[in-house]
Amino acid sequence: MKAFSTLLDRLVLTPGRNAKLKLLTDYFRTVPDPDRGYALAAIAGTLDVPHVKPKMLRELVLERMDEVLFRYSYDYVGDLAETISLVWDNEQDPPERLSEPSLGSVIESLNGAGRTAVRGLVRDLLNALDPSGRYAFLKLATGAMRVGVSKRLAVQALAALGERDANEIEALWHGLSPPYRSLFDWIEGRADRPELKSPAIFHPVMLANPVEEGDLDDLDPSHYAAEWKWDGIRIQLTRKGSLARIFSRSGEDISASFPDVLDAITFEGTVDGELLVGGTFRSNGAARPFSDLQQRLNRKGVTARTMEEFPAFVRAYDLLFAGNEDMRPAPFLERRQALQHVIGAADPLRFDLSPLVGFNSWDELDRLRSAPPDPVIEGVMLKKLDSAYQAGRMKGPWFKWKRDPHNIDAVLIYAQRGHGKRSSFYSDFTFGVWTEGPEGDQLVPVGKAYFGFTDEELKVLDRFVRNNTVDRFGPVRVLKATKEEGFVVEVAFEGLNRSNRHKSGVAMRFPRISRLRTDKRPADADRLETLKAMLPRAE
Amino acid sequence: MSSKMNTDNLLFPTPEGLYCPIGDFHIDPVRPVQRALITHGHSDHARAGHGAVLASRETLEIMRIRMGEGFCRTEQVAMPGETIDIAGVRVSFHPAGHVLGSCQIRVEHAGTRIVASGDYKRSLDPTCAAFEPVACDVFITEATFGLPVFRHPDPLGEIRKLLASLAQFPDRTHFVGAYALGKAQRVIALLRQAGYDKPVYMHGALVRLCEFYQAEGIDLGELRVAVEEEKADFRGAVVVGPPSAFSGVWMRRFADPLPAFASGWMMVRQRARQRGVELPLVISDHCDWPELTATIRDIMPGEVWVTHGREEALVRWCELQGIAARPLHLVGYEDEGDA
Repeated sequence: MKAFSTLLDRLVLTPGRNAKLKLLTDYFRTVPDPDRGYALAAIAGTLDVPHVKPKMLRELVLERMDEVLFRYSYDYVGDLAETISLVWDNEQDPPERLSEPSLGSVIESLNGAGRTAVRGLVRDLLNALDPSGRYAFLKLATGAMRVGVSKRLAVQALAALGERDANEIEALWHGLSPPYRSLFDWIEGRADRPELKSPAIFHPVMLANPVEEGDLDDLDPSHYAAEWKWDGIRIQLTRKGSLARIFSRSGEDISASFPDVLDAITFEGTVDGELLVGGTFRSNGAARPFSDLQQRLNRKGVTARTMEEFPAFVRAYDLLFAGNEDMRPAPFLERRQALQHVIGAADPLRFDLSPLVGFNSWDELDRLRSAPPDPVIEGVMLKKLDSAYQAGRMKGPWFKWKRDPHNIDAVLIYAQRGHGKRSSFYSDFTFGVWTEGPEGDQLVPVGKAYFGFTDEELKVLDRFVRNNTVDRFGPVRVLKATKEEGFVVEVAFEGLNRSNRHKSGVAMRFPRISRLRTDKRPADADRLETLKAMLPRAE
Repeated sequence: MSSKMNTDNLLFPTPEGLYCPIGDFHIDPVRPVQRALITHGHSDHARAGHGAVLASRETLEIMRIRMGEGFCRTEQVAMPGETIDIAGVRVSFHPAGHVLGSCQIRVEHAGTRIVASGDYKRSLDPTCAAFEPVACDVFITEATFGLPVFRHPDPLGEIRKLLASLAQFPDRTHFVGAYALGKAQRVIALLRQAGYDKPVYMHGALVRLCEFYQAEGIDLGELRVAVEEEKADFRGAVVVGPPSAFSGVWMRRFADPLPAFASGWMMVRQRARQRGVELPLVISDHCDWPELTATIRDIMPGEVWVTHGREEALVRWCELQGIAARPLHLVGYEDEGDA
């Protein structure tokens, strides 16, 4: 348990991606099975243990300490698991075993314990562990492990362990279960590739590169197909026998949020597509904006009413498997034909086919891209007609060509220091635009951005913050921002939603600082009305 | 056992600090006064501009280093355990184990004894004399870490975390934030104790205090200044500096710095996160909760007065033990910078 809790302590506070990878790979290399497999599952969120209720933990701790002192402690720390891990006094009840339990034994005993035995087991474990071990255990047992490691990162750490391909690991991983002994055996070259028991697994998706200046110059438009790029979320549907699943682009199983779509998967195979809210082309419906889709995202369950108000459907892009047949090596056009067949036979209310966009030249496509026929389109996709379906982001076979991002000029209002490499720079900014207030024009915050600028520009911004702070609230610096004095930046963003949570009434998607406008005075910055005019029309 | 009346007349809080009207002196005053008794050299306890200052020899030296000659009009050395008479009040200084030269101050008049402990700790520290329990009627204790969540681990174990990280990330400069007086020297001494024998780099703000510690016979090994102009290769080096250097431009010269911070506050993850610390080292020069409660049990004073920190929890604990206790509201003491 010690190695695992030490790993967690480090991961939680380490912002750098490479440092995280190193911590993970070193851990996987030095810790034996089954502990490392359970750790992998805990970090990636694939571990299933019976959850311990906070109420029981509270009762256990109050068996051994004064309630008032516990309350003071909890108020100060603010996190139940951390408070208990710190205040737990195992001197009162010295552990019988001297050696610390391993992660594997902790998980196996939790899984094996009946309802009535759990209380005693949790008490014994809290006694046997040190504060950091108690914290790790409590986070595991309450199902609240958050360490800032994506599945992709965990997979890459595994790949580094034995020079295996990350995509291959990812594909296998989704079909195996903790503690993943066969996976580690294969990665480390001790065994053959594991056979998958469950066929309804996630296959890593093919991604596109953005079109950059000059990218298309040497490419022949007749070698490419174009499709609209729809503004929903990219998903993968798969069905094998009675088992159907919906995965997010990163392989997260999101089936539980979309029972309406899940139940409609009657075909066997694996389809790549865009999940949208609204109605399909085939039912003469229209896709609705991303903010509507958000009503369905990140929910454990979904009510019948929500499903009725925000019906989900899938606009299909590609076909990876037709039944058992692996279509991925086949060229795009062939896959597309097979997909047409599959979608044609599927529920017309839940599935339609992403239409192709006809074009003869890049200029023509550029015009189409800039003025798409539907507000839920955010650009076009280019797919080489003869390209196979390859996991990852290769340059050449697929491109995405977005509508130009939206731009506004805004004034910096607050700044905070960054993390890691940037911890000595003020690099996190809140910016605002002008609006009519009770005492004339005032700045209203419309977003936060912490990238988009170059290292050189960051130095300029940092210097401005240090020399123009007018107030501080904890780590936040309030910057000088009047009509005459202040710093104007150009902010680029991908979209705009209505928001009740923000004072301005708008929320930006993916904002970044695209240019420093030292040539502009704050008075020249944009107004909230300009921003509001960019909002998608209300239904 | 003294009556509450007596103890309150002997020593009570004023805006300047703890005041003894009979002897006409203040203990650790936060504003300039005629006569000051100083427990230790941290800047929130030892300030410039007093008339007469009575403190341990080391504390006086530290004050001179930090504030320059003329930090007060007259100074007097208090020898450990020696009784000094100030207008009929008997005063003596006893080691507090906080930093080099730190003392508790015992004040006695008409059979009533009050011990003002200043800041103190009980865990082993090779850079200063260990805390001595002193019998008294009233024990004035700090409560910087006065909550049951604070159970500081073995400091040598924390230093081993630093060494493990150096082995794992040999290309990153390990920057250890540590308060300039006491903590910085303790971190370096612990590194030496753990067998680290490479040069340790220090921020300029640490130089004179480290030199003083070494002159006092505390072995800190080879120290080098992390000079501004020099484009030295700090990869894999340990650099010790004051916590304020974290956010300053000074940090930028180091390649891919890994920020560590040696402080009792690092016990709580959110504290580490707020400060952008990647490697928290729980090394404290204050008592943790078990030390605070054990000390009160050791001394068994008639009454406990609790000052700077989380007074209410320690007062509550005393109540549960049947020990009279109350919070003593003193202003002007930092509860963070030097912990």
